[in-house]
Amino acid sequence: MNPRRKKRLIMTSSILVGAAFATGLVLYALSQNIDLFYTPTEIVEGKGDAEIKPEVGQRLRVGGLVVPGSVRREGSGLTVSFNLIDVGPAEITVEYEGILPDLFREGQGIVAQGILTDANRIAASEVLAKHDEEYMPPALAEALKGIQHVPPSQQNNSSDYNQGYNQGYNNNEAAEESSGGGYDR
Amino acid sequence: MIGEVGHFALALAFAFSALLAVIPLIGVARSHGGQMAIARPLTYGMFFFTLISFIALVWGFLVNDFSIAYVANNSNTALPAIYRFTAVWGSHEGSFLLWMLVQASWAAALAVFSKRLPLVFAARVLAVMGMIGVGFYLFMLLTSNPFERTIPLIPVDGRDLNPLLQDPGMIIHPPLLYMGYVGMSVAFAFAIAALLGGRLDSAWARWSRPWTIAAWVFLTLGIMVGSWWAYYELGWGGWWFWDPVENASFLPWLAGTALMHSLAVTEKRGTFKSWTVLLAISAFSLSLLGTFLVRSGVLVSVHAFASDPTRGMFLLGFLGVVIAGSLLLYAIRAAKVQSHSRYDLFSREVLLLGNNLLLVTATMVVLVGTLLPLVHQQLGLGNISIGEPFFNEVFMWLTIPFAILLGFGPLTRWKRQKIAELRSSLLLAIALAVGLGFALPWIFADVVSGLAVLGLILAFWIVFTTAAELRLRVASREHKWPALVKLGRSHWGMVLGHLGFAVMIIGIAVVQNYEVERTVRMSAGDTATVGNYQFHFRSMEDRQGPNFTSESATFVISREDGREVDTVVSEKRFYTVARQIQTQTALQVNPFRDLYIALGEELDDGSWAVRIHIKPFVRWIWAGAILMSIGGIFSISDKRYRLRRKNEKRARKQAAAEAL
Repeated sequence: MNPRRKKRLIMTSSILVGAAFATGLVLYALSQNIDLFYTPTEIVEGKGDAEIKPEVGQRLRVGGLVVPGSVRREGSGLTVSFNLIDVGPAEITVEYEGILPDLFREGQGIVAQGILTDANRIAASEVLAKHDEEYMPPALAEALKGIQHVPPSQQNNSSDYNQGYNQGYNNNEAAEESSGGGYDR
Repeated sequence: MIGEVGHFALALAFAFSALLAVIPLIGVARSHGGQMAIARPLTYGMFFFTLISFIALVWGFLVNDFSIAYVANNSNTALPAIYRFTAVWGSHEGSFLLWMLVQASWAAALAVFSKRLPLVFAARVLAVMGMIGVGFYLFMLLTSNPFERTIPLIPVDGRDLNPLLQDPGMIIHPPLLYMGYVGMSVAFAFAIAALLGGRLDSAWARWSRPWTIAAWVFLTLGIMVGSWWAYYELGWGGWWFWDPVENASFLPWLAGTALMHSLAVTEKRGTFKSWTVLLAISAFSLSLLGTFLVRSGVLVSVHAFASDPTRGMFLLGFLGVVIAGSLLLYAIRAAKVQSHSRYDLFSREVLLLGNNLLLVTATMVVLVGTLLPLVHQQLGLGNISIGEPFFNEVFMWLTIPFAILLGFGPLTRWKRQKIAELRSSLLLAIALAVGLGFALPWIFADVVSGLAVLGLILAFWIVFTTAAELRLRVASREHKWPALVKLGRSHWGMVLGHLGFAVMIIGIAVVQNYEVERTVRMSAGDTATVGNYQFHFRSMEDRQGPNFTSESATFVISREDGREVDTVVSEKRFYTVARQIQTQTALQVNPFRDLYIALGEELDDGSWAVRIHIKPFVRWIWAGAILMSIGGIFSISDKRYRLRRKNEKRARKQAAAEAL
């Protein structure tokens, strides 16, 4: 083999080996870190036509609306639990230890990541609420199709859903009035 | 009135961009000098009217013109003036107008500084900028008009700016980021112009290089400010979340970094040509992809903004046209710009090839991690999420070979290098890096963490090989120091850039492995001990801000031995109009560690959930990014980009004198 061909062979084969390693690494890391997304209904009744329920111990993501009045703190610690609902009637309970995000409110859509500890109980390692209050995770919006999602900024027109929301968020009644008057609608 | 002026100016800017996209190219086809030369005035026109439009919107915000829907949705009379100004880019329509202003400014800068380029080439580059402009102006006029009116129901007051955005970081983050994003369009325009003309040589690389580096510097700073802002503003204590929106800015950065290095090879050795062109196309396409991801809301992201599907479809269509068009052109013309040159297996070319392959791999990894959930969902396989650990793991493995190659690169000669010549320098660098990598954690930390040691070894390897390279460059000189200064700014740019990367690795390795985080329940009067520090929750007060009310907690921080460090205030703000709660973290900073206190929520018995972090060396991450950017600025200011201009000026003067 002449030196030039040999050089090319070395380069090509080392690139191939490198690419193979990279692909393997990516696939391995992916297999360790992919989490499926469920809605509360899917956890209780199963997902898709085959009605596959997640197994206890599985890592997953769940998205739903926080049921008004379900937020409970336990004892002197920082453990908090709340229920999530989508189209109903299925509800699941999320347990979380730590600080909830600023935008976490009752009635608001949130996403929790964690481990299924019981048929309808999740120990969350992370709770996410979105920057934008009108924003809803597309997966959740999909599941909620048909149910009216009222952006908080328009919730001055009272509804049952809205009342629960206001109760849960009671430290701002004064502010509520001022903003209600601010808009000339 | 002012709204209509802005809207009309925007339409005029669109008209200018449409003319700019067509006339100069016709001129090139017909070799008509006048039609080519008109590219410059058209560019200035596009810039001028975009500026008018932008000023109109700024004016609308400053005078609280709530008849403009965008102003009503994003501002309020109680909002401080400086945030009324930055609210211009606080939401979709306005930030796109800023984007357009930046795009038009780049085009105008190109028009000003391209006078030394051949007219044909400058006409082509500006025409490509015009084409990009056509796409974006159309997008704005059709789907995101910032001057839409609220008539006849004009609100008395506005809804206020998102509280997260009422922060100094937000003043500079988006403009910097957009300068970087859109700057990639300049590199793209150069590449397309080169393909159109079929001429791609060292001179081309020399023209396009400072522009690419400038865009890269802005992108680096933009991402850095974003990371810093998220760190103190979100109250989570993280500096990077691998969130789709962050990834969207990271993708063009990775491709841009590869492009910068590949351009160096094209300039110095006249090779890697078609690869460079492909990278330029990719970098800009990834910028567009990022815009699409952010603006269409197809991805679940903590940043995702309320979005509109027609916008997504438009951007997707535009992205398709840009990618398909430029790749088609590439397929037809790439053969023309192919290069043949020879280099050995151990040469700087091969090391830079390695650098490029690793950066491209990293780009692919981020792309896969960001898009896979979307593809998975579209295939009907259900929703998935790919978490931080995936990216962290893969990036750790990619950084190792990257840093090792980075050490070799600058030391190695173009074409061929005998390894024996470098053996002693390399062995010394390895010995020092490994020694310090183990010794420092062993001396200063309680536990020696394997990953921290690995990171430190890689960082010191880069530092010592860089030092060895500098020593090598002046080894034959008699006066070492003056010789060092004479190395040239471009060279120092590289040195600073690489050292910046090392500094960043140190920051990441230390903070990821030695940070302490605790969430505690505290009432006023309590003291919590975290790490070597005591945090005394002294008092809680109510405060009134311009457009918010706040509960402020005062903490006294002291060391274990009781010596007081500082008194800091952490706040929980309630923005009364936007009706949002927002955490204002308390930071106590020195170069080697951050103490970070974020108030959580108030609990039933009046105590508070408090999150306390000790983050060693976290500042080094951002310092590294700043160092890299300074390196970039040094490179741009290199003599060889300026000298030529001076020479040409002299030549022009001479010509003028002769003509007289």
